Amino acid sequence: MRFELTTDQRDFAASLDALLAASDTVAVARAWAEGEHAPGLALWARLAEQGVTMLATEATPVEVCIAFEALGRHAVPGPWVESAAYLATELAGSAQEAIASGTVATVAVPPHTPYALDADVAERVYAAGRDGVRTATPGEPHVSVDRTRRLFSVAPGPVHDTADRSQEAFDLAVLATAAQLLGAGERVLADAVTYVKQRKQFGREIGSYQAIKHRLADVRIALDFARPLVHGAALDPAPRAVSAAKVACADAAYLASRTGLQVHGAIGYTQEFDLSIWITKIRALVTAWGTPAFHRARILDSLVGSHG
Amino acid sequence: MDLELSESELAFQAEARSWLAANVPAQPLPSLDTPEGFALHQEWEARLAADRWSVVSWPREYHGREASLVEWVVFEEEYYRAGAPGRVSQNGIFLLAPIIFEHGTQEQQDRFLPTMATGERIWAQCWSEPEAGSDLASLKSTARRDDARGGWVLDGQKIWCSRAALAHWGFGLFRSDPEAQKHAGLTYFLFPLDAEGVTVRPIAQLDGEAGFAEVFFDDVFVPDADVLGAPGDGWRVAMSTAGNERGLSLRSPGRFTAAADRLLSLYAERPDPRVADRVVDAWLRAEAYRLYTWGTVTKLKDGGDIGAAGSVNKVWWSELDVALHETALDLLGPDAELESRWLDGYTFALSGPIYAGTNEIQRNIVAERILGLPREPKGAQR
Repeated sequence: MRFELTTDQRDFAASLDALLAASDTVAVARAWAEGEHAPGLALWARLAEQGVTMLATEATPVEVCIAFEALGRHAVPGPWVESAAYLATELAGSAQEAIASGTVATVAVPPHTPYALDADVAERVYAAGRDGVRTATPGEPHVSVDRTRRLFSVAPGPVHDTADRSQEAFDLAVLATAAQLLGAGERVLADAVTYVKQRKQFGREIGSYQAIKHRLADVRIALDFARPLVHGAALDPAPRAVSAAKVACADAAYLASRTGLQVHGAIGYTQEFDLSIWITKIRALVTAWGTPAFHRARILDSLVGSHG
Repeated sequence: MDLELSESELAFQAEARSWLAANVPAQPLPSLDTPEGFALHQEWEARLAADRWSVVSWPREYHGREASLVEWVVFEEEYYRAGAPGRVSQNGIFLLAPIIFEHGTQEQQDRFLPTMATGERIWAQCWSEPEAGSDLASLKSTARRDDARGGWVLDGQKIWCSRAALAHWGFGLFRSDPEAQKHAGLTYFLFPLDAEGVTVRPIAQLDGEAGFAEVFFDDVFVPDADVLGAPGDGWRVAMSTAGNERGLSLRSPGRFTAAADRLLSLYAERPDPRVADRVVDAWLRAEAYRLYTWGTVTKLKDGGDIGAAGSVNKVWWSELDVALHETALDLLGPDAELESRWLDGYTFALSGPIYAGTNEIQRNIVAERILGLPREPKGAQR
C-alpha cells in the first residue's frame, strides 16, 4: 500500500507544470478564444513531444490524471479530453497512433457530450454512436460560457475502425475532466490566496478576516478530499469511482470558482482579469462529460444495486 | 502508487474479521454513558484485550500485537464493519496513551498502560475550563508546589470532561507557574477522580445522558509520580495529543464507511428520490475520507508529519458524520424523531464540530498554517 504519487510521477507533474508556467498559457487561451489557434497548436505539439498525447495508451490513468490536472491548472485550450483521453482509448490502429503522435482530433459523444469541441481546429472529427465511432462532418458552432471552447454539432459519416472500448473511453474522459477541474480549482484557490494577502480594506489585508479565511479554508478542504478520489479512480477506473471523482472535483472546483470570484470582488467579475478564464472553464467542465446529476445517479445505481 | 495490502496485512485482516464475527455482541450495547452500559462496555474492552484486539498497535507487553499503521487502519475498518461497540476507553487509548508512550517514564508506562488496555481503568479527558475551550492557553486552574509532600496541589475547575461521570482517572493541564506567559508554565497531570478534594458533577447532554461532567479541584494533592513530562512543559506535551485527536487516530475511516453502508441499506429499504443525491454525497464523502486516510498513512510511513492537515481532516470527518446521520433521519421521515440507533448516532455526531477544537478554530488553522493567510490582529477576536 502506497497511496501517494511516486517520485517519477511527481517529477513528471513538476516538469509539465514548469513547461506550462513558462508558456504564457493565459495568452494562448485568450488567442484561442479569438480564433487565433497557432499558439495553442504549437503548445499542443510541445506537449505531444512530452508524451501527453500518448499517456492513455503508453502509461496509466494516474499519469493521465497528472497531465490533465496540469492542463486545468494552466487553462490550456483545445480538445484535450476528446483527443488524449476518449479517442486515444476508443480508436484503434493508425487512427490511434495518429492521436498519440500529436494529431488534434475531437469527438461528440451524445448524450453527455453532444457537441464536438473545437471541430474547426481538429484535423479529425468523430461522432460516437451505438455502433462505435464514425468520422463526422462539423456543422454549426455554438458559443460556450468558456470562450476558449467552441462547440460544434456534427453529422456522422461512415463507421470507423474502433477498438470497441467506448465504455473505458468514456470513463477515462470523465476522469480526465475531473482532474482538469481539480487543477483549475487549485489555480483559482492559489490566485485567491495571493490576492487576499495583498488587498487591504479597513486598514488590513482582507485575508486576515475570519469570514474570508473560513471560505478559503473550505475550498482547501474540498480540494484536498477530491484529490484522493481522482487518484483512487485512476488506480481502478470503474464507473462508480470515476463518477465519484467527477462529482467531487466538480463540486470542489465550482466552490473554488465562486469563492475566488467573491473574494476578488468586482475585478474578478471582469473578462479582462485572468480569473475569468478559470471561472468560465470550471462552469463549462462541471457539466461536460456527464452532469453531476448524471454521475450521482450512476453512483447510486451502482451502490444500491450492490446492496439490493 | 497502489492500494494493495501485503500478504501479511491481508492475513491480519482475515484474522481480525473472523475474530470480530465470532465475538461482536449480537445486540448493540446500551449507551456507554449509563452505568449499566458503561459496565458492559468495560466487559467488551476486557474481551478485546484478552485476545489482543483492544490496542493492536501497542507493544505485546502491554496487551498489543505491534500492528503497523496500515494494520491499525485495517483493524478499525473491520471493527466498524462488524458493528462492534463504541470504545469506552477511547480517550485513554487514543489521547493519553500516545503521550504516555512518548513522555511517560518507564514506571508510568508500566503502571498506567496495562489497565488502560484491559478497560479496567477508564480515563476521562479534562481539558476545557469555563473560560477556556479551544483557547487552552488561557487555562486558569492552578497547581501549587508542595515540596514537603513531594508533589503538587491542584485547584480550580474543568468542564466538558468526556466520560468523567463514570470514569476512574482523569488527565489535564494546570497552570503551575502563574508568572509565565500563556503557553508556558502549564503542567500535565494524571489524577484519580475519587481523590480527596475532587468533585465530579455530571452534565446531561442533548440526549439526556451524562457523557461529560464538570470536575472541581479543591486542594487535590498529586504526587510527582503522576506528572506527565516535565513540569511547565504541559503545553508541548499536550499538543501531541491534540494532533492525534484532530488527525488520524481518533476517527478512523471505518466508522464512516460502515455508517455509509448502513445508510445505503436504509435507502435500499425505503428509497426516496428526494434524498437520493444526499445519500450519494454522504457515501462519496466517506469514500473520500477512506482514500485520504490511506494517503495520510503513506505520508506517515514515509516519515512525514500530519501537522495542520489534521485540521483539514477534523473538519471533514466531523461534518461528514453529521451529514451521514442527517441524511438517514430524513430518509426515516416521521420515524426520525423516535429513539433509534440513527438518532443516537446523530446526537453524538452533533458534538463533532464542537469538540477537539471547534471547526471554526480548525478553519483558522487551515487558513493560517496551510494557506498562509495573515493572523487576525490582536484585539480583533475578542
